Amino acid sequence: MHVVVCIKQVPDSAQIRVHPVTNTIMRQGVPTIINPYDLFALEEALRLRDVHGGEVTALTMGPPMAEDSLRKALTYGADRAVLLTDRYFAGSDTLATSFALSQAIAKIGETFGAPDIVFTGKQTIDGDTAQVGPGIAKRLDLLQLTYVSKISSLDLDAREIKVDRRSEGGIQMLHGKLPCLITMLEGTNEIRRGSLDDALRAARSQIVKWSAADAGIEDLSKCGLRGSPTVVKRVFAPTARTEKAEQITTTDKALGDLADELIVEIFARQPALEHELAFDASA
Amino acid sequence: MTLTANQETPPPAVGRAGLKKELPEQFKDYRHVWVFIEVERENVHPVSFELLGEGRKLADKLGVKLAGVVLGPPGDATQHAIAEAFAYGADVAYLVEDPLLEDYRNEPFTKALTNLVATYQPEILLLGATTLGRDLAGSVATTLLTGLTADCTELDVDADGSLAATRPTFGGSLLCTIYTLNCRPQMATVRPRVMAMPQRMNKPVGCVIQHGVPMLEEEIVTKVLGFLSDVQSTNSNLAYADVVVGGGLGLGTSENLKLVKNLARVIGAEYGCSRPLVQKGWMPADRQIGQTGKTIRPKLYIAAGISGAIQHRVGVGGADLIVAINTDPNAPIFDFAHVGVVTDAIRFLPALTDVFTQRLSPHSRDKLAN
Repeated sequence: MHVVVCIKQVPDSAQIRVHPVTNTIMRQGVPTIINPYDLFALEEALRLRDVHGGEVTALTMGPPMAEDSLRKALTYGADRAVLLTDRYFAGSDTLATSFALSQAIAKIGETFGAPDIVFTGKQTIDGDTAQVGPGIAKRLDLLQLTYVSKISSLDLDAREIKVDRRSEGGIQMLHGKLPCLITMLEGTNEIRRGSLDDALRAARSQIVKWSAADAGIEDLSKCGLRGSPTVVKRVFAPTARTEKAEQITTTDKALGDLADELIVEIFARQPALEHELAFDASA
Repeated sequence: MTLTANQETPPPAVGRAGLKKELPEQFKDYRHVWVFIEVERENVHPVSFELLGEGRKLADKLGVKLAGVVLGPPGDATQHAIAEAFAYGADVAYLVEDPLLEDYRNEPFTKALTNLVATYQPEILLLGATTLGRDLAGSVATTLLTGLTADCTELDVDADGSLAATRPTFGGSLLCTIYTLNCRPQMATVRPRVMAMPQRMNKPVGCVIQHGVPMLEEEIVTKVLGFLSDVQSTNSNLAYADVVVGGGLGLGTSENLKLVKNLARVIGAEYGCSRPLVQKGWMPADRQIGQTGKTIRPKLYIAAGISGAIQHRVGVGGADLIVAINTDPNAPIFDFAHVGVVTDAIRFLPALTDVFTQRLSPHSRDKLAN
């Protein structure tokens, strides 16, 4: 079995700082991490490999420094890592990104064996679009299974897979055929700690580095800014509300009086609530 | 979205030289605004009506028609969805009825919608950013090789009629306005509760255009084996709750979440939490409020021990009244809450619950009434 996992190196969003004048992201000193959602995808891929045998290839598209995230994926236990990097990819939107990645996955298939499953996380924490996975599936004509919470069965001989998929009102149980693309939901698995052997192997491993040409991309007009139908016209900081919250002073007051005062304030501002709030006698 | 893997910094805030609008000839006739009406298990997702409200404004600015697009199996549910689409402002409805569309599956839905778009050529296509909407939108946009902007918080049209779609990025730290310049349709998804629910009108059913889906069951790889409804589990209705109580790291321990749950039970609220609590495993992801969780629009939101990171703010901006309880007077939540109490939520929540209990009990209501 061969599984490809797409990962992305992202800034640790909790620590994003925005330049107050230029509204650009200040990346100096901002640590990068593997997109957290991708770790659930990687974990699921490694679990399948542990059960069914075969290989896991980690793939990322990004600047040369994205190699760090691949190195990390190797320490978790991925067998191989491919970095797709080229200045032609700069400024790719989700359509251009899914094009480049799908070309790279096709090339991985030619070079290391066709993948049975391609995994991605449900979305990234910097772009948050959840569009690249479906884009790859469509371009490679893979069965698309998004928001998967569980792979309930995988039969490699029959080329069949059964999954649980989160939908709006519940869990959909689907049956499909390989090859497929799966976007994994968060919290599906406990993420493993890589073994010492994996860490040593990762440190020694060669990471496969491909340019657009190496990945067999001939039409550069489908890449980067040129291949992106969407254009970011303006970037700006959210406007702050000018007024701060009205403070209810808390000095020298019993908690019960404070609660009283707050409730009076709530009903003064939202009179209808006084008759709408339910009282649950079992409380 | 143009903020992806290999872009070191977002584009500058000023206009770029690369913004050339040259709409190719084949797209010049694309007209009208479409809203995908999401019907799943016979119910219309309310995000569809929120989008019709937004779509109505866009269509009026452009001087074009607003259409609702309904995909589903033959039966009452699709007819009901069409009637509702008209009631919420659609001028036209496109209907694809086929047994293939009984349950949501990516292949037939993608085929049906792309085929409809290619035939009737809308300039704008909006979908809810639900699990279904996101699954479908990505496939449709890739098939049509057009632009798709995810999770928009604001939609507008500029002077020359282009869709200006604004969305948060980097977890809500920044907003960017995105255009799809030279492709059609211009596609966008919007999360539930981001837009206000429009007024429902009693409008007679207008023009319904029926279309087929050129596909056979044998061509569809996916089979639906079953469905486990959330009704049987503990999943929340956070997004559509009128009153919400949220807990954050200020509660100190997972044990103290019961303080939030107790208050919620007494006042008939839903409860949720900020992202760190989900990361710690104190609450299921389904109860997370914010950029990567649920967007809420309650009449009252009580945030207890939540500092108010930007990710959280993005999800609660639509609340009518935000009450924040936090020990830190400088917590960012006081910048966007309406009423603030600088005190320890762990001590204050039980007191608040008690006073609410007294005020709301049937006995005291009778006294108030007399």
